[in-house]
Amino acid sequence: MNPQPFPAGPITCHRGRGLPLVGADIDTDRIIPARFLKCVSFDDLASGVFADDRSERPGDHPFDREHHQGASVLVVNRNFGCGSSREHAPQALMRWGIRALIGESFAEIFFGNCLALGIPCLSAEGRHVAELQEAIAVDPGAELLLDLEVLQVELESEFVGTNRWPVFLDPGPHRMLLSGHWDGTSQLVAHDAELTATATALPYLNGFR
Amino acid sequence: MSAGTLYDKVWDLHRVAELPGGSTQLFIGLHLIHEVTSPQAFAALRDLGLAVRHPERTVATVDHIVPTTSQARPFADPLAEAMLATLEANCSEHGITLHGLGSGRQGIVHVIAPELGLTQPGMTVACGDSHTSTHGAFGAIAFGIGTSQVRDVLASQSLSMAKLKVRRIWVDGRLQRGVYAKDLVLHIIRTLGVKGGVGHAYEFAGPAIAALSMEERMTLCNMAIEGGARCGYVNPDAVTFAYLRGRPEAPGAEAWDRAVAWWSTLASGPEARFDDEVRFDAATIAPTVTWGITPGQGIGVDETVPTPEELDPEERPLAGEAYRYMALRPGAPIAGTPVDVCFIGSCTNGRLSDLQAAAAVAQGRRVAPGIRAFVVPGSEQVAAAAEAEGLDAVFRSAGFEWRQPGCSMCLAMNPDRLEGRQISASSSNRNFKGRQGSAAGRTLLMSPAMVAAAALAGRVVDVRPLLTAAASPSSASC
Ligand code: SF4
Repeated sequence: MNPQPFPAGPITCHRGRGLPLVGADIDTDRIIPARFLKCVSFDDLASGVFADDRSERPGDHPFDREHHQGASVLVVNRNFGCGSSREHAPQALMRWGIRALIGESFAEIFFGNCLALGIPCLSAEGRHVAELQEAIAVDPGAELLLDLEVLQVELESEFVGTNRWPVFLDPGPHRMLLSGHWDGTSQLVAHDAELTATATALPYLNGFR
Repeated sequence: MSAGTLYDKVWDLHRVAELPGGSTQLFIGLHLIHEVTSPQAFAALRDLGLAVRHPERTVATVDHIVPTTSQARPFADPLAEAMLATLEANCSEHGITLHGLGSGRQGIVHVIAPELGLTQPGMTVACGDSHTSTHGAFGAIAFGIGTSQVRDVLASQSLSMAKLKVRRIWVDGRLQRGVYAKDLVLHIIRTLGVKGGVGHAYEFAGPAIAALSMEERMTLCNMAIEGGARCGYVNPDAVTFAYLRGRPEAPGAEAWDRAVAWWSTLASGPEARFDDEVRFDAATIAPTVTWGITPGQGIGVDETVPTPEELDPEERPLAGEAYRYMALRPGAPIAGTPVDVCFIGSCTNGRLSDLQAAAAVAQGRRVAPGIRAFVVPGSEQVAAAAEAEGLDAVFRSAGFEWRQPGCSMCLAMNPDRLEGRQISASSSNRNFKGRQGSAAGRTLLMSPAMVAAAALAGRVVDVRPLLTAAASPSSASC
């Protein structure tokens, strides 16, 4: 688990260790099994991350391996986060400590739910993802530097040297993250004067006058 | 593009701002919350350091997890108890009205808001529950939202929305005796498909709709979502106004005339333009029953389970899955299908007129041996009104259990659930695999009168002959 603060404000770069999770079409039901949905807060979701997958290989799942504790960049393959639209999936990953994902591709709703939390899902070419996953496996202690301004990920390793790979992000989400406008709630809260004006003109809030 | 419809008018009235992503910020006039989807939203609000912007525009109740046998606290299920305790703490911290157990006003969120007069024409209504479309019966624009949107409404009394298309569903004629709003909406969904309404608001209009009571209109709009529509509504009229008059949260005598005058301006006028229109004839609709695993897989009670050849090619894979799951044979009549459990209740059909219709069938008859049948009123007010009329006694002496209000076996988040491969006749709204609490449990959706008839026969039967034989069933009143 990771004590880092939750994302806030403009997201221009992130530095942290990587966690490779190999496999295509990993769905939200695997990320957070349904039984964890009957809960009163998202706080305890971290313990449910990949709960069923982890119990199938005790201690040996990437999320359980000693050297990945404290990692914050999840490196995945194709169509990550498919299946039900549950918002609990990115919440659970965030509460475990994940602050960015790099992968071949992401399911659309999962991507949007991550964006709304300030967690970038960066896509990269398949061979680059494989290289990155391999490099992390060789040197799990190496730090990744994600530069969102130039859309590049860099791995500095004493063993495998320094490597850079290009990553991709659609212009809309890219702008939202860089400007800090990824948080839908703060956008809505920002229009307080307009909100008051709308409410003042609504007959049912004003005695139908 | 639609213009001049009630949807367009309500949309324009509630616009706050255009947002950078291209969507519109819409003011929410009434926000309803319950114990399941609100706790995480309150927690997120706390994380962001934000307050509730308009606590007086949010109203809470508890419905999904409450037991319907004993509602004594603490509940036997510690998680259910924790969910209610959290709701209570959040409401008291933020100054939100909570209609709790025993208040006389508790019940399913989509039952209590209308009966308290909270839901009114021209409002935007949001709730973290799919079936919020119910409130469209009053000429409100009402939609279900997810947890992060619940947080948004708490923080800003508004939502980021994209404008919908408007489809008019025009229904001519009159529903026949023994055919109810539930049959009408199952018929509409069967015809247009469960995805037919995606991206749309459904406006229900025409002589058959005008003739519906408010409670029937609620049943209709409740299931608009099951047809894929984001919301469904009926234009407000004299029936709407008569229902609202004198309700605790409706406009009082002083404002009443002005309210009616304003409400009357909201309906789609003759000049209104719709994106498209679909027509139905109410007189041709039979009592309708679902045979499959989506609400769109419905047939008349006098029909047979469709064979693959009778279906469009793209419907066949799902039909195949449904035959296997439901263990129903293509080409077999749906009438005569044995049932194990009969459930009357839910936000679709848990109101007084629903219980009256079912009681009229049950009156003086007996539930078939081996059938578990139970009635769960939609709210404490519905329960009290039904008991005042003696409906509880009618049900009990016919062999039905009479329960306390809640969502109950609609989604089985409380102890009421199917077991194993049991099959239910249910007045609720979803027949998805596992919906009623058992992973292999099966659901046949139908009207409350049809559920009562199934309970008496122990199998699916046409309710119409029973009505002719019965004394004089009280028709839907409100
Ligand atoms: S009765 Fe069923 S559909 Fe209605 S609010 Fe409760 S769980 Fe949801």
